[in-house]
Amino acid sequence: MPRPLLEVQNLTMKFGSLVANDDVSFVVNEGEIVSLIGPNGAGKTTLFNCISGFYKPFSGKVIFDGKDITGKSTHQITSMGLTRTFQIVKPLKDMTVKENVLTGAFLHANSKREAENLTDQVLRMTHLWDKKDMLAGSLTIADKKRLEVARMLATKPKMIMLDEAMAGLNKTEIKEAMELCVNLNKNGMTLLIVEHVMEAIMPISNRVVVLNAGRKIAEGSPQQIINNEEVIKAYLGERYYAKSRQINGGI
Amino acid sequence: MKNRMLYLIFAIILILPFVLQDVNFQHITIMFLIFAGLGEGWNIITGFTGQTSFGHAAFFGIGAYTSTIMFYKFGISPWIGMILGALFAAGISAVVSYPCFRLKGHYFAIATLAVAEIIKQLFVSWDYVEGATGISIPVKPDSFWMMQFHKSKIPYFLIAYVLFIVATLVAVAVEKNKMGYYLKAIRESHEAAEALGINTTRYKLYAMMISSAVTAVFGTLYAQYILYIDPFMVFGLDISMKIVLLTVLGGLGSVYGPIIGAAILIPLSEYTRVFLGGTGKGIDLMIYGALIVIVACFEPRGVLGLFRRTKKRGAQYAKTTA
Repeated sequence: MPRPLLEVQNLTMKFGSLVANDDVSFVVNEGEIVSLIGPNGAGKTTLFNCISGFYKPFSGKVIFDGKDITGKSTHQITSMGLTRTFQIVKPLKDMTVKENVLTGAFLHANSKREAENLTDQVLRMTHLWDKKDMLAGSLTIADKKRLEVARMLATKPKMIMLDEAMAGLNKTEIKEAMELCVNLNKNGMTLLIVEHVMEAIMPISNRVVVLNAGRKIAEGSPQQIINNEEVIKAYLGERYYAKSRQINGGI
Repeated sequence: MKNRMLYLIFAIILILPFVLQDVNFQHITIMFLIFAGLGEGWNIITGFTGQTSFGHAAFFGIGAYTSTIMFYKFGISPWIGMILGALFAAGISAVVSYPCFRLKGHYFAIATLAVAEIIKQLFVSWDYVEGATGISIPVKPDSFWMMQFHKSKIPYFLIAYVLFIVATLVAVAVEKNKMGYYLKAIRESHEAAEALGINTTRYKLYAMMISSAVTAVFGTLYAQYILYIDPFMVFGLDISMKIVLLTVLGGLGSVYGPIIGAAILIPLSEYTRVFLGGTGKGIDLMIYGALIVIVACFEPRGVLGLFRRTKKRGAQYAKTTA
């Protein structure tokens, strides 16, 4: 029986009269990779902001690791083991790559030495070791995204949320990012991923949640999702439908 | 390596007033130490944390007034006043900046400016502290305990020197440890800092309290050195601006910045006053202004940035020729 790590219950978020999230509910179980997809403006980032404490939801509940985290501040949520990256990367520009990661590592380290050891580990794991002395502001976009992930891993999370970590990357970089996600997952990390790059997340996701215009329109295994008429109409489009048919036919 | 440079600077400063035994020069070294120390304190909240304060005169004044009133009214040693002044300043800064931290960027800066002016006006109209007339500190025979020396400026220099070193080492300690990383993360991105588990409000508050306590300590020393204070002198915008300008000129966010900035601006301001007397009042500020414009246009990282740039260029040159 899988244990639910993150539960979103009937979450609604409004900005004035605009409903960004409308009664959204879903569960992420421990050890799963769940992806959240949907067209632009579907409310994916808003949902992320509500879960990670940047916004206080209008109504509904967010439960993480058995505790109600609705309306808690972001730093409290991070301390509890749930952390996120940003769609628009936010590197600590005037600090080196190593200092960026070290800042995250201090959260659960008792000494600077311990934090530094953790930093070295994370830098090697994310292949940023060679660039550790570069200023974060001077990195390429792919490395900045990698740094977002590295900095987040240094806070020793139980679950991570990636907000379009693969957008704007080339094929090789996407492949590396996928590998990183799978490796993290093998080591017991739970992931919630917002992504537009379908080829990258469909193969690695256990389950997919689809949002459209603020509402959840579908949830299921990647297979179920790519065959779901409503999802195809709202988001994936006929081309993907045809392509996936081809692949399935091939198998 | 970097710290060795700092110790070298400490050593050079220490021998200055003994090599050049000119009273005027000794006065300048004391003012230099006071303002370099103030810059170190201000740097913690603005340079490291990125919360621009234009109101540090408030804490400088609180330090000056706390010790002076305790000495003037009750005869209590300024050393005790200095410690209490620092605690007061830290407490008041916490109360005042907690609501101000909701403001971002320019708005925070404006709020600090307003708070300092409010505190000044309070002191101007407060009869118990002699209002706008100010307080002349009663002259006592030379004594370390009463922090008064009339025969020589050297004891003042030594006290200023020790306090300056303490302020600098506080800044170094903050920068090198967890707190320094957290403060810089807050400066670079508030959201990213929160997502890394940093309680941004709490750390900004800590930074503000340390910064204002350091500032207040120099307020006490200044009062004991000049032996006269009034609200316009210690709470004035002049003090706040001098601290801002010299740190920005030297290099914001580095422990060397305030030292370099003070080494340029304080002699400039004191010498123009000596040579031009009353007619020259304000000329130093005109030169300050011009320098700041130049720095802001060409090297926003201050004189320190200029050093780093030439060093980098030199290294590149060495590489290409090798």
